[in-house]
Amino acid sequence: MPYALCFLLFMVGLYCTVVKKNIVKIVIGLAVMEYAVNLFLIMLGYRTGGTAPIIDKTYLEPVTGQITAGFINTSVDPLPQALVLTAIVIALGSLALMVSMCIRIYEKYGTLDITEIRRLKG
Amino acid sequence: MAVFYILLLFMIIAAIIAVETKDLLSSIICVGAIGIGTSIMFLFLRAPDIAITQIVVEVLGLIILIRATISRDLTFITGDREFFGTVISVVIIFVIFLAGIKVFETLPDFGTPLITEVANAASNTYIKEGFAKTGAANIVASVILDYRGYDTLGEATVLFTSIIGATIILRKKAKKMLEEPDK
Repeated sequence: MPYALCFLLFMVGLYCTVVKKNIVKIVIGLAVMEYAVNLFLIMLGYRTGGTAPIIDKTYLEPVTGQITAGFINTSVDPLPQALVLTAIVIALGSLALMVSMCIRIYEKYGTLDITEIRRLKG
Repeated sequence: MAVFYILLLFMIIAAIIAVETKDLLSSIICVGAIGIGTSIMFLFLRAPDIAITQIVVEVLGLIILIRATISRDLTFITGDREFFGTVISVVIIFVIFLAGIKVFETLPDFGTPLITEVANAASNTYIKEGFAKTGAANIVASVILDYRGYDTLGEATVLFTSIIGATIILRKKAKKMLEEPDK
């Protein structure tokens, strides 16, 4: 079942985030989790044998210019696609922010190991 | 249907290699493999806009990640935290996985989305009236730029804020010394 495999991908990312010591590895784990969530949302809207939600001439009535019922009955769900488009771009922004923090931490402490960064310990 | 399983297995294998390899650069390359697998899968899921965006963002993200690791001396330090904590984390993650599988059984089957069952869902309105009301042949574009324009405005704000934050964090030195008084 594809949902379960997608959830397994999410779990691999969660394992990487929780267990690994290298901060770049933690960023990579977060990225993997983002992929899994985006993929799951798109999979929720998929319809077997569906078409992309883009109208071309074959889906328009020749005389009235209305959308045919064929398009309404075969199009996949456009709403998750629109929201995931936003989420992907935001993921890029947060990735840039996290990586810049990693670079700064490396310059300050000379290591990427999260257990050696003493001043972050409570 | 089989292509989804093949692509998902490819992505899971690439993710496991990315998590477990010692070299950070090959780990990042495996992240690129996951990204391109996601992009191809979006194409098969009939979402071409998302596939295009994903591939562009993937390239940019790889450049950013390589910038973080290239020419760093210590790209080989990996390894887990304390053994006991690792075991507890793995057990907890496994329990979450089992609980999540139960949750996914209550979802509608793959390939029958909610718009087929709920007659007056928002997506049905977009599909039926999007072309007549907004004039956009691409329904996704009409949702982003017309029906949910404020979401896109918020997205642009978040992107702007994160780029400003990255610039400030990476700035080499302050414009003013600390002891210098404000004027």
